[in-house]
Amino acid sequence: MEVQQFSYDNQIVKKFIYATLFWGIIGMLVGLLLAFMFLFPNVTDGISWLSFGRLRPLHTNAVIFAFVGNAIFAGVYYSTQRLLKARMFSDFLSKLNFWGWQAIIVAAAITLPLGYTTSKEYAELEWPIDLAIAVIWVAFGWNLIGTMLKRRQRHLYVAIWFYLATFVTVAVLHIFNSLELPVSALKSYSVYAGVQDALVQWWYGHNAVAFFLTTPFLGLMYYFVPKAANRPVYSYRLSIVHFWSLIFIYIWAGPHHLLYSSLPDWAQNLGVAFSVMLIAPSWGGMINGLLTLRGAWDKVRVDPTLKFMVVAITGYGMATFEGPMLSLKNVNAIAHFSDWIIAHVHVGALAWNGFLTFGMIYWLVPKMFKTRLHSTPMANFHFWIGTLGIILYALPMYVAGFTQALMWKDFNPDGSLVYGNFLETVNEIMPMYWMRAIGGSLYIIGFIVMLYNIVVTVRSGSAVTDEQAEAPALTRVSSRRTLGETYHTWLERKPIQLTILATIAILIGGVIQIVPTLLVKSNIPTITSVKPYTPLELEGRDLYIREGCVGCHSQMVRPFRSEVERYGEYAKAGEFVYDHPFLWGSKRTGPDLLRVGGKYSDSWHLNHMYDPQSMSSGSIMPAYQWLVRDKHDRSDVEDKMRAMVTLGVPYTEEDIINAQTAMEEQAKQIEESLYSDPDFAKTYEEDKSRALSNGQEFVEMKDREIIALIAYLQRLGTDIKVKDTDQLLSENQ
Amino acid sequence: MLKFVKNHMESIEGIATYPMISLLIFFVFFSLLFWWVFTASKEHIKEVSEIPLEDNQPK
Repeated sequence: MEVQQFSYDNQIVKKFIYATLFWGIIGMLVGLLLAFMFLFPNVTDGISWLSFGRLRPLHTNAVIFAFVGNAIFAGVYYSTQRLLKARMFSDFLSKLNFWGWQAIIVAAAITLPLGYTTSKEYAELEWPIDLAIAVIWVAFGWNLIGTMLKRRQRHLYVAIWFYLATFVTVAVLHIFNSLELPVSALKSYSVYAGVQDALVQWWYGHNAVAFFLTTPFLGLMYYFVPKAANRPVYSYRLSIVHFWSLIFIYIWAGPHHLLYSSLPDWAQNLGVAFSVMLIAPSWGGMINGLLTLRGAWDKVRVDPTLKFMVVAITGYGMATFEGPMLSLKNVNAIAHFSDWIIAHVHVGALAWNGFLTFGMIYWLVPKMFKTRLHSTPMANFHFWIGTLGIILYALPMYVAGFTQALMWKDFNPDGSLVYGNFLETVNEIMPMYWMRAIGGSLYIIGFIVMLYNIVVTVRSGSAVTDEQAEAPALTRVSSRRTLGETYHTWLERKPIQLTILATIAILIGGVIQIVPTLLVKSNIPTITSVKPYTPLELEGRDLYIREGCVGCHSQMVRPFRSEVERYGEYAKAGEFVYDHPFLWGSKRTGPDLLRVGGKYSDSWHLNHMYDPQSMSSGSIMPAYQWLVRDKHDRSDVEDKMRAMVTLGVPYTEEDIINAQTAMEEQAKQIEESLYSDPDFAKTYEEDKSRALSNGQEFVEMKDREIIALIAYLQRLGTDIKVKDTDQLLSENQ
Repeated sequence: MLKFVKNHMESIEGIATYPMISLLIFFVFFSLLFWWVFTASKEHIKEVSEIPLEDNQPK
């Protein structure tokens, strides 16, 4: 048999490792800044692009797609070449994958703080960047599948299957969730509205966790844990069951993010059932990972790589036990919208993704630079301070979540809420926010120590070169099953068939859940009193989206006595039919806003945005002074309305032509109502005359951003509030 | 809550077959899966599971 000489591309792996370290520290530092903003809400006072609402998506995107994303590529590019005994299919595609991905991250890091966002969680990037992601992702997949086709190893190891499933599913998820209608270069509206948008978003959101944070990392686990422990995986049979059942079941679980929401019950229950089932494949995988170390625990004592991996797999086990529990409706009723969820995702991100990445880097860097790790004690220090950081992060957040959720639900014997003021429940958990910030700091200190350790290791090593390798060429065998070959063994050497089967497995769940909800669009019970937003309200809604209000405020009153008592009538599916995109939110750092319309005066909102603490003492909401000062560009409202018409919102041509006049009128009304506050009248008139006497340009209050935002906030939830209950009941039957 | 869902259920034709179809898909899927896994030969499993440990350095 002919033995072929070839080389593994190590340069690309090195590049991705550097990018992982670089973006990791940035993403985590942004997270730390956000943690401190809970304690000092106005620490970035007056700087719009450093405000909480805009930085939160930057943090999540940086950690998920920049830190974890680059780590995935580093690990995939390293292991795929070796598992397939072939250099990557195309060096050009490898480079395109690398530089394209970094360019996307930079684009995200610029646009998100500037307020260009779709507001859909983990899919906030605007449409031109979405297109770029699709192109680069396809380049990655092409490169991966191309390598499989020219491989020198007949059977595809299970890690490769996980990479394949990752590629296929992320592509499907990204495309369907990002379907949006562009209005301008950096503004678009989701083609789905309300309930449907929510379902598609969380089908995506949940499976971003499944197929971006989990399956690629399981592939890495199946390669790097055996490598680091120098023994094969505990049970290869189990890994086959693990793979197929995981991808088959995971895709159904999305609706558990929408329990007790206005999503149809059948979809909610389907999500719960599959989420509970998920514990089986997840724990199968965890046990398989941990048992790979059987008989090698002595190595775990001395090898930092294995230590990190053990905690990573344990973290995976904890998070995937917790996930099914959180999906039970009674547990979810408490945990949802609270800091419990923040704890849950950080066990996954810090332990599973973070620690597996660290373990992989500690193993890869010395190997690639042909040297020894500069300092093992330093790596051990990183391990312990990182572990302590995770504990100090997660435990207080669990306590905070429980405490606050129970306070939200606490009733007096007379039927009134014990903590009627939302702020009381926030003040109660401030010590927990402090501990979380300390935990996060410890974790980042560990990261910085690693950074130093790796830099010194790299400097002491020799330059990374392509690694020479040799392997016999693959002889052709029949495309049919050979004698005695089982179907499964045959499949393991057929990448295309494997890809197709994996795609079918993930499509079944998506189709069964999503298609009915989309098709029965006309059957989402319409409520006749629900009308499209006025042009000014639509503009205000876009400001709400721009500032990332949805990061801290939900618009989803669940049908609980405690929530109806606190916020008002619970949410109905028919109320959201014109909401492109939906803004239900997933976290209540502040109160729900679905029924905030008419609750406070216009001038209350103005003062509250300018200085939240002056209106609610002890509030941790940051100030939004630029909204009160800045002139509002409403010039493209007609385009926005036309886009809405395309998406099915019933604006008439007359509405669109008269949009500017209508906005002017509504803005004037709000300005007038602001004058009813004597303090406002006084200071505003003073400002005006001062500007005029100094010859400065003065922006009329009615032309400022705050007016549109007030218009939107005052509209929220009022469409059905104005009716009396009897009328509503007769309409909804 | 149910009153909002009722409409969905009533308007989908033949919805009664959905649970049956789901059950069948599941049963068939996992039966096949376990059949694959248990019929795989020991040598093959051993060979494949050792792929990551192979060293392809030129001698």
